[in-house]
Amino acid sequence: MEEENQIKLHGMWGSTFTKRVELALKLKGIPYEYIEEDLSNKSQLVLKYNPVHKKVPVLVHNGKPIIESLIILEYIDETWKNAPRLLPDDPYERAKVLFWASFLHQQLFEDMGRVITSDGEAQEKATKDLFEKLTILEEGMKEFFPGGTPSINGENMGLLDILMYALFGPYKAHEEVLEMKTIDPERNPLLFSWVMALTELPVVKESTPPHEKLVALVQFIRENALQSCVA
Amino acid sequence: MAEEVKLFGMWASPFSRRIEVALKMKGIQYEYIEEDLSNKSPSLLNYNPVHKKVPVLLHKGKPVAESLVILEYIDETWKQNPILPADPYEKAMARFWAKFLDEKLWPAAKKVVLSKGEEHKGLIEEIQEHLKTLESELKEKKFFGGESLGFVDIAANIIFWLLVVQETLGLDILTEDKFPGLHEWNHRLLDDAVFKECVSMERLLASFKVRFGALTASK
Repeated sequence: MEEENQIKLHGMWGSTFTKRVELALKLKGIPYEYIEEDLSNKSQLVLKYNPVHKKVPVLVHNGKPIIESLIILEYIDETWKNAPRLLPDDPYERAKVLFWASFLHQQLFEDMGRVITSDGEAQEKATKDLFEKLTILEEGMKEFFPGGTPSINGENMGLLDILMYALFGPYKAHEEVLEMKTIDPERNPLLFSWVMALTELPVVKESTPPHEKLVALVQFIRENALQSCVA
Repeated sequence: MAEEVKLFGMWASPFSRRIEVALKMKGIQYEYIEEDLSNKSPSLLNYNPVHKKVPVLLHKGKPVAESLVILEYIDETWKQNPILPADPYEKAMARFWAKFLDEKLWPAAKKVVLSKGEEHKGLIEEIQEHLKTLESELKEKKFFGGESLGFVDIAANIIFWLLVVQETLGLDILTEDKFPGLHEWNHRLLDDAVFKECVSMERLLASFKVRFGALTASK
C-alpha cells in the first residue's frame, strides 16, 4: 500500500523565509497544501508545531513539523532526492554552499532588515554594512559562476539561488520604498545579473507577489519599525 | 598515507573545541594550530578571509569554516562514529537544536557577563527560559543524541562556558534544583573521555577570574 505523503506548509505570503520553502517545493515538483497564517493571530497549529519560536514557515510532513527555513530546505533536499539537487553531494562543495548560505541568511538578511527599519545615521551605517557585505558576496560568488554570467534554469537552481532570490527578488519594491538602490548593476554586476536571471524564470515568476503588494508590505514594515523607535 | 588534516583553533573558544571533540571521537589524526586572536596568523586570514575567525578546518589543503558546517563536513567525510542521525527528520531536529544554542543561548550568555542592573536581570531570565526549553528537550535521555553523544551535545558545549561565567560572577543560573536533567547531563559529559579533554574547565575558570572576577563587586 502506498504511504500517504502529506505535505503542508504554514507560511505568510510576504515572508522571505516562506518564499524559500515554497520555491524549493515547486522546483522539486512536490505537491503541498499551503496554509496562509495571519502573523498577528497565529493558528493553534503553528503554536503547536513550533512551540519554541512560534514562527512560520513550518513544513509538516506526514504530521511531523520541521522548522527554520534553511533546515527545511536541507530536509526537503535529503527527503526528495530528485533534481534539482539543492545542495551538492560532495562534502567540501556542500560545506562551501552552507558557508555562503549562512552568510546570506544571517549577515545579509540582518543588514537588509536594518536598512529597511532605520533612518538617519543608523540607516547610513546599516547601508554601509550592507554594501560592504554585498562586495564580499560578489567576490565570493565568482567561483560559483566562473563564466561570469549566471545561467540558471528550473533544472539547476540550488540553495544559494533560492536564498538570493528570496532576499533580493523584491529589490524593486525595496528601491521604491527606500528611494535608493540596494543591489546595483554598477556596484555588484554579478549579483545583479544573477537576480535578473532568477526573476525571469517561470517557476520564480509564479511565486512572486504583485509589485504593489510588496511595496505596501515593505512600507508597512518600515513605518511600523520607525514608529516604535519614536515612542 | 595519512590525509592532511589541520585545525586552526583557540583553546578558550567553544566553537573551536567542538571540532576537536568531533575529530577525536572519530579518531582522526590532525595537526592543531593555536591562534592568538589578537594577532591572527596570515594562514588563518587566508583560509577564512570573510570572517577571519576560528575554527577553520583544513583538509587536503581545502578550508572549511563555521563550526556547525565543519561538524557536518567531518561527519560526511569520515563515516565512523556518526555524529548526526541518519534519518532526515531526526537530522533536521538536531540542526534545529544546534541553531537554537548558537542563536539564542550563546548571545545571551555572552552579554550577561558585562551587563548590569535591569538588563542583567532580564538576561538571566532569558537564559533560564532557554535552559528550560533545553531541559524539556533533554527529558529522560542520557544525551541530546540519545544513548550516545551527538551533534547537539557537541554544540551544547557552550553550556560549560555558561557554567564558568556563573561560577566566576557568583550567579545562580543553571542550578541542580532548577535544571536537574541538564545538571546530570553536565556530569555525564565531563565524565566522557573525549569531551573532558576538550573543555579545560579549570583553565577557563582561572582565565575568566582574571578577566571578569572584579565584576562580582559591582553587582
